[in-house]
Amino acid sequence: MDNRQKEIDNLKDYKYGFTTDIENTRAPKGLNEDVIRFISKIKKEPQWMLDFRLKAFQRFKQLKEPDWQKPKYPKIDYQDLYYYSAPKSMKDKPKNLDDLDPKLLETYKKLGIPLQEQKRLNGIAVDAVFDSVSVATTFREELTKQGIIFCPISEAIQNHPELVKKYLGSVIPVTDHFFATLNSAVFTDGSFAYIPQGVRCPMELSTYFRINASNTGQFERTLIVADKGSYVSYLEGCTAPMRDENQLHAANVELVALDDAEIKYSTVQNWYPGDKDGKGGIYNFVTKRGLCKGKNSKISWTQVETGSAITWKYPSCILKGDNSVGEFYSIAITNNYQKADTGTKMIHLGKNTKSKIISKGISAGHSDMTYRGLVDISPKASNSNNYTQCDSLLMGNKCGAHTVPYIKNKNSESNIAHEATTSKISEEQLHYCQQRGLSAEESVGLIVNGFCKEVLQQLPMEFAVEAQKLVGISLEGSVG
Amino acid sequence: MKEQLQKDFNNTIKNLTLSQKDIEIKKFYLDNFINKGFPNRNEEDWKFSDLNQIIKKNIGELSFYSDYTSTNKVDTSAFVDGLEHNKIVFINGRIEKIDFHYEEKDQIEIIDQSETINKFNNNSSLSDLNSAFTNKSFKIVVKEGYQLTKPLIIYHTTNSKIWSKNINLRLNFELYENSSLRLIDLFRDTSEKNFLNIFYNFDLKENSILKNYKVDKFENKNIKYSFNNIEQDKNSISETFILSSGSNFCKNEINCNLNGEYSSAFINGIFSINKNKHHEIRTIINHLTENTKSYQLIKSVLEDSSRAVYQGKIFVNSKAQKTDGYQLSKAILLNKDSEFNAKPELEIYADDVKCSHGSASGSLNEDSIFYLMSRGLNYQQSKELLINGFLLDVVEKITDPEVKNLIKNMIGIKE
Repeated sequence: MDNRQKEIDNLKDYKYGFTTDIENTRAPKGLNEDVIRFISKIKKEPQWMLDFRLKAFQRFKQLKEPDWQKPKYPKIDYQDLYYYSAPKSMKDKPKNLDDLDPKLLETYKKLGIPLQEQKRLNGIAVDAVFDSVSVATTFREELTKQGIIFCPISEAIQNHPELVKKYLGSVIPVTDHFFATLNSAVFTDGSFAYIPQGVRCPMELSTYFRINASNTGQFERTLIVADKGSYVSYLEGCTAPMRDENQLHAANVELVALDDAEIKYSTVQNWYPGDKDGKGGIYNFVTKRGLCKGKNSKISWTQVETGSAITWKYPSCILKGDNSVGEFYSIAITNNYQKADTGTKMIHLGKNTKSKIISKGISAGHSDMTYRGLVDISPKASNSNNYTQCDSLLMGNKCGAHTVPYIKNKNSESNIAHEATTSKISEEQLHYCQQRGLSAEESVGLIVNGFCKEVLQQLPMEFAVEAQKLVGISLEGSVG
Repeated sequence: MKEQLQKDFNNTIKNLTLSQKDIEIKKFYLDNFINKGFPNRNEEDWKFSDLNQIIKKNIGELSFYSDYTSTNKVDTSAFVDGLEHNKIVFINGRIEKIDFHYEEKDQIEIIDQSETINKFNNNSSLSDLNSAFTNKSFKIVVKEGYQLTKPLIIYHTTNSKIWSKNINLRLNFELYENSSLRLIDLFRDTSEKNFLNIFYNFDLKENSILKNYKVDKFENKNIKYSFNNIEQDKNSISETFILSSGSNFCKNEINCNLNGEYSSAFINGIFSINKNKHHEIRTIINHLTENTKSYQLIKSVLEDSSRAVYQGKIFVNSKAQKTDGYQLSKAILLNKDSEFNAKPELEIYADDVKCSHGSASGSLNEDSIFYLMSRGLNYQQSKELLINGFLLDVVEKITDPEVKNLIKNMIGIKE
């Protein structure tokens, strides 16, 4: 009885903590050239793709795992992971949603992404990635009419090799850092989106990631290319079942914006954060980088980070085109024993480039949160501007909040302004809310939502509501 | 470099009267330094200033041995006029004069610590180097309740007798309860291409006040590193002012531990550099107990292809509730080749704190220049007036009126 109660309690904490029993096809355990060839073969990839992977793997073997980050973690045995895991029924890809394994559909329903209903109601095109493979993409026909390509990247490699070849690895090269290179070698699937010239994508594109199998690393790769004058808004959500061991998630996301194009990338990250004592949870070591390649282009990152045992990522913008704009809006919440080391990099290369960083960090329980960011204005980036604001909120004296900005100004005509504050929820605010009849917890939720408002309002409508709720849930039990 | 170090070390030891045990300790530090070498950009604290490269580029081969057996003549004309003061004179790294004749004899104690090697609260390779090679080290004790009537000026003078040398200095200060000390470090160099490595330790007991003004104003080609460690007891106050301007390369590091309740630390700094100069200030304020306060203000004016770096860290541990920490750095870049790098850092483990930092860098405000020019000033005058006002802000933070005037005159800042 006790055990059962415990289980129920656990489920209350993390409602996505279920596993789905689906037969999996897995690559042999471990990381070596054969496994990479196996992945490439099972995905029926052309030779150039295999070469790309092998090149990355050669490089990977020479790299050392970085250790400068604030949250330390026990050493990961990269030979003890499965690098490929796919639901067996996916071996021959389903043609449409009706062919999908009903169990999979059930899973996505539990996650709140009923693929079929969503197709009709929300008007969001979804690409769902289950463990390592993309299982379903909705709304494809309507997008095709406009010339928009939105499909799993493995499909894009087959059907649009010219585009993939041109842009894959152009922002995150195979010679990048440890985790990015690992991803280049073993990535299994992810989403690909191409918005042709002058097209404004009529709906939000969305990917839902889920890690299901145990002992599996999820290495997905997303590539979004916005051609001249186009616009796209992209959403990403993620969940994973509750497991005692830590699981690695090392994705790469590459964005390319050409002249006058705009990409808006929003993430609501809710990977399993581990239990109250910090056992289990996902290691979320993700590389996200956007290249404002053309003039007047714009890339905007919005993230709400509430999950994962360790979050370690810096969605970045390389502002190469003149007049390009980079934005970064972030809410990161850590509770219990969660750790986060996140922030952004704004690299100004072109003239008249602008960037804006708004980061809100909230730490509670025994958690530890770091904002780490880089603003680099190169000598040629005349007339550039950056504004950075990072605020931290602490709840209790067992958690930590840190700010580590790196600011480099090499151009006298450019301005950088940086502000950071650290504070706690004031007694007056709490008192005021409670006096109006709210409970302590509701009051904290309200105040925190106000604290985060600047970022929440950047999210697309559908996500904003979910994110707002998530902010409340993540902090449950942190006061009183 | 290893053979050079060994040889110079043996020569240095020969001139000192040390016990076998002390020689062993010094050897230990030497080996440490040989292993680590000069800090380079792979170390986080030296990310923006690669000392190893800078020494290689500007000096080349360093020699670590100095002959301290003969005295240098003290040039009294170099002393500060119009301000009565106590003196400590270093010439080429040799301590030539300690003069406290304005003060009551029994209230100040000067202890020769040359024969006891103190561990320094810093395990960088530069402190190892310093421990291995310092030949004389003194401890200056200000007795309970005594406040020095005149400021103490430490003259750091080097002349053309030395070349490509490493000079290591070390001083230890202890301020007893209710005492106070005003200390001015004045750098006057006519030498070129030497590396000065200076370590100070301050121990501030209850209610004591330390005011330290470091003035590196005169043009020279030396490379300097200076480390201040400040330990503060209850109610103590430390004020540090840094004018970073003259040397080719200069890095000032302040590590301040606020150990006692209601202790406070103030750090104010000015970078005013031109040509190829590269200067850095790095501060670490550790708030270790309740109700402590720190305030930092750093302003930079950068000309030509100069480069300034400010790394400031406020650390608040979980016991240090009610901490008040503030940090602001502002930079004006006057030339397109100049560069300003900052890393203002907060590391906080307590929730009831007020901590913030700000950092801004950019060009002179054209609107302000336009305003001044519309009042009849020319461009140059407007620019000078704006910079003057920009820096005056920091100088005005100096709490000692005598020293404030002295420094104003020295940098030529008008009110």
